[in-house]
Order: sequence, then C-alpha cells, then structure tokens
Amino acid sequence: MADEKVNCIVVGAGPAGVSAAITMARAGLSVVVLERGEYPGAKNVQGAILYTQMLHEIIPNFWKDPKAAIERPVTEQRLWVMSDDSAIQLGFKSDRWLKEPHNCYTIVRVPFDQWYAKKAEEAGATLVCGMTVSDVIRANGRIVGVKTHDGEQLLADCVIAADGVNSMVAQMAGLRKELRSDEVALGVKEILAMPREKIEDRFCLERGEGATNEMLGKVTQGMLGYAFLYTNKETLSLGIGCKLSDFQRTRVKPYELLEALKNHPIVRRLIAGSSSLEYSAHLIPEGGYHSMPPLYADGILIAGDAAQMINPTHREGSNLAMTAGKLAGETVIEAKRRGDFSARTLSLFRKKLEATYIIKDLEDHKDVEEKVQKIPELISVYPDLLCEAAYEYFTVDGLPKRDHQRRIIARIRRQRGMFQLLKDAFRLRKVI
Amino acid sequence: MSLEDKLGLLTYKSDTQAHIHIVSPKPCIEICKDKPCTTACPADVYRWEGDKIIVSYENCIECGACRMVCPFDNIACHWPRGGFGVKYRFG
Ligand SMILES: Cc1cc2nc3c(=O)[nH]c(=O)nc-3n(C[C@H](O)[C@H](O)[C@H](O)COP(=O)(O)OP(=O)(O)OC[C@H]3O[C@@H](n4cnc5c(N)ncnc54)[C@H](O)[C@@H]3O)c2cc1C
Ligand code: SF4
Ligand code: SF4
Repeated sequence: MADEKVNCIVVGAGPAGVSAAITMARAGLSVVVLERGEYPGAKNVQGAILYTQMLHEIIPNFWKDPKAAIERPVTEQRLWVMSDDSAIQLGFKSDRWLKEPHNCYTIVRVPFDQWYAKKAEEAGATLVCGMTVSDVIRANGRIVGVKTHDGEQLLADCVIAADGVNSMVAQMAGLRKELRSDEVALGVKEILAMPREKIEDRFCLERGEGATNEMLGKVTQGMLGYAFLYTNKETLSLGIGCKLSDFQRTRVKPYELLEALKNHPIVRRLIAGSSSLEYSAHLIPEGGYHSMPPLYADGILIAGDAAQMINPTHREGSNLAMTAGKLAGETVIEAKRRGDFSARTLSLFRKKLEATYIIKDLEDHKDVEEKVQKIPELISVYPDLLCEAAYEYFTVDGLPKRDHQRRIIARIRRQRGMFQLLKDAFRLRKVI
Repeated sequence: MSLEDKLGLLTYKSDTQAHIHIVSPKPCIEICKDKPCTTACPADVYRWEGDKIIVSYENCIECGACRMVCPFDNIACHWPRGGFGVKYRFG
C-alpha cells in the first residue's frame, strides 16, 4: 500500500463508514475502507433495531433486495416496567407498520454489516479487512493519511474516522480524549436460537412480523439503563445496557446482570425453550451532545459513534451513523470539487448535520440523562410502586375497591409523597 | 449459564502477542482498593490472586471498558492486531 494516495480513507466498516464509502465511490472518488475485523461485523454488536428511512436514502428500497440482511419488520413495540416478580406492559401495535416502507427492522449485525459493506465494494470502494489503523500521519499540521498495525502507510486527501465509540483515530488526531466511564454505557447481549413459528406464536406475530420489548426497572439493579428483547427470524436478541460508571459504582458484574435478566420470571417465560448461540459486549456512547468532539479538522472528519451520535432514548444509533456517514461523504465530494480539504471546507459537514434531525435530536435530548439521574427514585422506587398499585387495582379479594385505592395512595405517600410525585412528573415532562 | 459457558460459545483468532498490559503493578497493589477492572470487565479478563494480577487477554471481547474504569489509567488496552481477537458470528 506504500506510496499510494487515494481521495479518502475511511476507518471502520460499520454503518457510518460504509455509508460514507458508498456515497463517495458513487461520485467517482477513490476510497479505501480499512476494517480491523477479519470481516465486516466481526467486532460489532447492536440490539438491534434499524430504522428504514436513513438506509432507504442511501440504498433505495433496500428491503426489496432478496439478499438484504434484515430480519423482521417491526409491527409491535412494547415497554415493560418491571419489579422483581411483576411487570406492567405498555405496547403499541399497528398494521400501518406492515406497509412498505416499514418503520424499522430487526437486524443481526454480522450478516448485515457484510451485506452492507458489499454494497460499498459494488459502488467501487476498496475494502481491506483485518487491518487495524494504529496512527494518523500528519504533514504541515494536517492529517494526510494513516499507519496500520503492520507499519504500512497510506496517504489520502482526507480521512473519515468512522471507527466507532471511543474512536482511537479521533484521539490520535487530537480531536478528543479518552471517554470517561460516565460518558458510555456497557451493553451485554446474547443471541438465543428459537424456531420461527415459536417466535411468532409467543410474541403474537403473523408470519414475518417482528416485535420489540424494552424493559425498565428492577432488571437494571439500580443502574441507569434498560434491557431489550427483539425478535429476529430464528433468533432472539436479549441484552441489557447500563452506564459504565454505574457498573463501577455497584460492582455488579455485567454477565451476572444478564444472567439475572434471563432468570427474571417475565423474561424466563419469553425465552423459554431457546438456547444461547453467542455472548457479546460493546460500549454505547451516551455522553450525547455534551461530549461530542469537534467533528472536523484539516484533512479529517468524524462520523457515527466515533462522534457520540446516539439517541439512547429512542435506541437510535445506526441510523444516525448512516446519515452522518452519507453527509461526511458528501462533504468530501465537495472538498474535492473545490480542491480544498482544509477545516474551512470540511466545516460544511457540521452545517449539513445541523440541517438534519441529528443535531436537533441530540440537542433536544442533551439533558435527559441528567434529569433522570436527579430522580434516582425513578429506578429504585417507581417500578415497584407502579407494579404494586397495579396489583392492588387488579386483585379481587373481597375487599371493597375503596380500600384497595386507599392502600395504593398510602403506599405512594409512604414511598414518595403525592406532591413529590407531581413534581417528578413535571420534571420529566420533556424527557421523551 | 456461567461465564465460562458464555465465552465458550465464541470464536477467537488468538494472537501470541498480548494486546493488554498493566502499565505498573504499583497502583494496583498500593492504592487501588476497589479494583474495578475485576468487576466491570464482561469477560473477567482481570483476576487478582494474592498480589499478583492475571490478565487473560485471550478471553477479551474488545469492549474497551477496562481502560475507562481504571481510576489510575493503569491499563494499556489496544485493539488486537488486524484480524486477531474475537470474531462474532451474530453481533
Ligand atoms: C448493546 C447495543 C445495542 C444497540 N442497539 C441499537 C439499536 O437497537 N438501534 C440502533 O440504531 N443502534 C443501536 N446501538 C448503537 C449502534 O450499534 C451504533 O450506533 C452503530 O453501530 C454506530 O455505527 P458506527 O459505524 O459509527 O460504528 P461501529 O458500528 O462501531 O463501526 C466501527 C467499525 O470500525 C472498526 N474499527 C474500530 N477501530 C478501528 C481501527 N483502529 N482500525 C480499523 N477499523 C477499526 C470496527 O471494527 C467497526 O467495524 C446499540 C449498541 C449496542 C452496543
Ligand atoms: S483498576 Fe487499574 S489500578 Fe485498579 S487494580 Fe485494576 S488495573 Fe490496577
Ligand atoms: S476490552 Fe472489555 S473484555 Fe477486553 S479486557 Fe477490557 S473490559 Fe474486558
């Protein structure tokens, strides 16, 4: 690879990098994607829900491609508030989500990443797997290429750091420091095998449809986070993600938390009869807007998880990565047209992002975590309180209804107080 | 299901070169009371036996958490060389 020079080096063949590569290669730029995994996806973990619109903008009607590695279009979303032995369920199901384009799909990252990276190759990008970028090359104060683990050097007009959470490339380029443990969540996950019909029967799905389940409350053992259970074609994705600083504080072991989740009476029934195929763990950047690094400098752009582009309240990450990758690609195309890859031209990337949902959503959600953390009772008291109230409400045991109601109110008074409850509701009104 | 069983499901391309190093044994032994590396790692890569640390880097699933939880910046955990390390089949 020595002495070669290309228009753009993309580090990372995840959703951000591949979207950038496709965009640039289609415009005729010479693009090399360097991926440290032996194949795309080898190092990647996701829930995973993929929203349709953003990929549709890059690969129109991708769901019609028979090879597209998508699992099930989601027609039902459920939220569970869990105590130790009970749960309140809130759900939404719509036949409207059956119509194309579907709102979102479940995906499994390894096959998905392989399929998606192939699209970049088909567009003309060169994909090199098994190649870890170990440093950036500078000349006259700007980034002009990268070094790989085996000492090779590759030069380019511009580098796109799409190397995921805790981007080493952004760190080596001096654009960000190591993330702190309160800026990320640690997610652990298992893939569970279950026959197609069993999945459909158990989750009340017609052929091919998918459902999502998110779980809050006792399952996170006092940590800020949530669990998820998604239906794939013949597997389930079960996982749980909590703030890394909370793992540090509570000393709960991540795999024990996952095991406890699997043994929760509600979850146990949902996954009964399945067998585990894979265990995995990955960080999720959750510092959001406040911990976004500068997105560009002379000769370099940062996109996707590498730039903290995640909206955890709506489990959106891969879609933001795709949009950001595409916009980074468009920015490099414009820079090539102008013959100027300096920060001045590359600042266009930030402007493009500001015009989309990405910066707006990240800005609107920037204080969500802080707000939630200010009310620790949300995790420690409310799930139990809600489940107990529901238990009283639905239990018929010969006591007059008014006595049950009194018990509910007495419990709220004891555990939180009516006034405090209203105050909490008010403080949380903007969280969603 | 034990952690051993969970890790047993995984495929690795193991490297003879370790990608994780404890920078200095001193902070671990002298000042780090909680040893968060031993609880936060999802693959139990760090184990203390007496005053000796055992780093089972071959089990690492490359999440990157350990560097952030070590209060004394005492863990040098780089990505393995290209192509080496964990190979997820699903992700
Ligand atoms: C448990 C969990 C659940 C999630 N659930 C969802 C969900 O349901 N929906 C959703 O939209 N998002 C979800 N996310 C977030 C989503 O996975 C990310 O936002 C998304 O993967 C970001 O894409 P990316 O391309 O920026 O980074 P990545 O997908 O992380 O890709 C980065 C790539 O760069 C490669 N790389 C890294 N360093 C180097 C290097 N030095 N040299 C060469 N290659 C390198 C990596 O191997 C990887 O392939 C979840 C994340 C986790 C961990
Ligand atoms: S957390 Fe850091 S300092 Fe503490 S024991 Fe582990 S490596 Fe040593
Ligand atoms: S990267 Fe993750 S799995 Fe590997 S040693 Fe560090 S914490 Fe453990």
